[in-house]
Amino acid sequence: MSRTHSEPPPSEITPRHLFERRRDFLRLAGGMAAAGLLPAALAAEKLDTRPSPHSIAETPTRYKDITGYGNYLEFSSSKSGHVEASQAMRTRPWAVVVDGLVARPTTFAIEDILRLAPLEERIYRHRCVEGWSMVVPWAGFPLATLLRQVEPLGSAKFVEFVSHADPAIMPNVRRQLLDWPYLEGLRLDEALHPLTLLAVGLYGEVLPNPNGAPVRLVVPWKYGFKSGKSIVRIRLVERQPETVWMKAVPDEYGFYANVNPQVDHQRWSQKRERRIGEFFKRETLMFNGYADQVAGLYSGMDLRKHF
Amino acid sequence: MSFAQLSSRQIAAAKVLLFLVCPLPLALLAWEATHDLLGANPIEAVTRALGDWTLNFLLITLTVTPLRRLTGWNWLLRLRRMLGLFTFFYACLHVTSYLWFDQFFDWQEIAADILKRPFITAGFVAFVLLVPLAATSNNFMVRRLGGRRWQALHRSVYLIAVLGVLHYAWMVKRDIALPLIYAAVVVVLLGVRALWREQERRRQLAGAYLPKRKRVIPISARS
Repeated sequence: MSRTHSEPPPSEITPRHLFERRRDFLRLAGGMAAAGLLPAALAAEKLDTRPSPHSIAETPTRYKDITGYGNYLEFSSSKSGHVEASQAMRTRPWAVVVDGLVARPTTFAIEDILRLAPLEERIYRHRCVEGWSMVVPWAGFPLATLLRQVEPLGSAKFVEFVSHADPAIMPNVRRQLLDWPYLEGLRLDEALHPLTLLAVGLYGEVLPNPNGAPVRLVVPWKYGFKSGKSIVRIRLVERQPETVWMKAVPDEYGFYANVNPQVDHQRWSQKRERRIGEFFKRETLMFNGYADQVAGLYSGMDLRKHF
Repeated sequence: MSFAQLSSRQIAAAKVLLFLVCPLPLALLAWEATHDLLGANPIEAVTRALGDWTLNFLLITLTVTPLRRLTGWNWLLRLRRMLGLFTFFYACLHVTSYLWFDQFFDWQEIAADILKRPFITAGFVAFVLLVPLAATSNNFMVRRLGGRRWQALHRSVYLIAVLGVLHYAWMVKRDIALPLIYAAVVVVLLGVRALWREQERRRQLAGAYLPKRKRVIPISARS
């Protein structure tokens, strides 16, 4: 299967009238749920997505592994403790403030975000800095779509992503394990890259809480910790943000955090990875296999220095 | 029933019981592994669990002496060797699981890991130091080395405990709550020994009467 185009062929774009009907469905489902006619889970689950040429031709990791294993440090320090703990998080109502160096600072309700653009299914590799990886069928649209709405000013050079932090339901926020809220950042050109996704779902369903509901970032060529979960604020800024991990352990976590088998983390060799569901380890790919699309962003940079 | 004194038959029974109990964590792990209960990353879960149990057995072994002294149950000492050997048993499985499932016997990568990553260095040194202790655990080696030399060698277990906890703490990404609990236990277990040793030294300096059965701890440097 050839999936190297950067633009979807016209045949893959959902006709507008079909796309519009999705809204009718959502409205209907929402109304029925509100009336108690439909189990809330069923009403909320399904998303209407179309395939994307940016998807990779690899078998997605099992749903139960994607939703049952990972790092959501606000809720738990274990790889599965967040699954139960994150159920306490309420994702409606939800708003995302997009401000900073923009012409039109806007607060988006989650419902607006879901309507902002047709949802694509993007099957991406996901590589954690700890040496494990998955293949995740995300649902979302390019972050660039959202950023264009607010019209970034010429002075904006970086984008900051702030995650939800609620000490009432997040034990590690109460303990001040990190300097919360979780803050990550990208260079503006990275944020506008067509691969950078604002995800609202996975496996064609609304994003489950353990994976960063209701809206999260996905930057597939970087280690997972760069992709903030449960985003509440996106701010365009002039200077490179100091991310939460850079503040906590500056010699272990850099700003770029591009997947790079040649540059080891202090605790983990990054040459190989364990794909969840597989026994043998795989060789880790440069930029997590997205070198063709993103290597140009870093030409001339010493990636050992800018780790 | 009093636990102060056990007959040799009772001690033998205690040993059999202990021998049956100590492999239970491994049995549980095997059961979980064969029933898909270890989550999305079962290999990591196995390696972690084996490491946890190595540390647990190490600390249980180090509890024998203080517990014996506090309770007066001298027979506890007769169980210490088996606990120490089970520590070594779990350590071997832990190391094997790392060498095999993590590195697939890529010796170059393993060497790089040991040299470059402090948590692997600490764990590796702790394991290497365990080997002579396991090798000299039998009666023949105790006799051959002589009590004092044997004891001096086996004091390296204190260093092994410290290295084991460092291995754990340095591995953890951010939340060191659990390693800190292990560290606190080690501090208590080594602390009481230091405290008792100091008390004994003072008693000796004061020329106090020492019960015959208690070993005199020399205050001069050992040759």
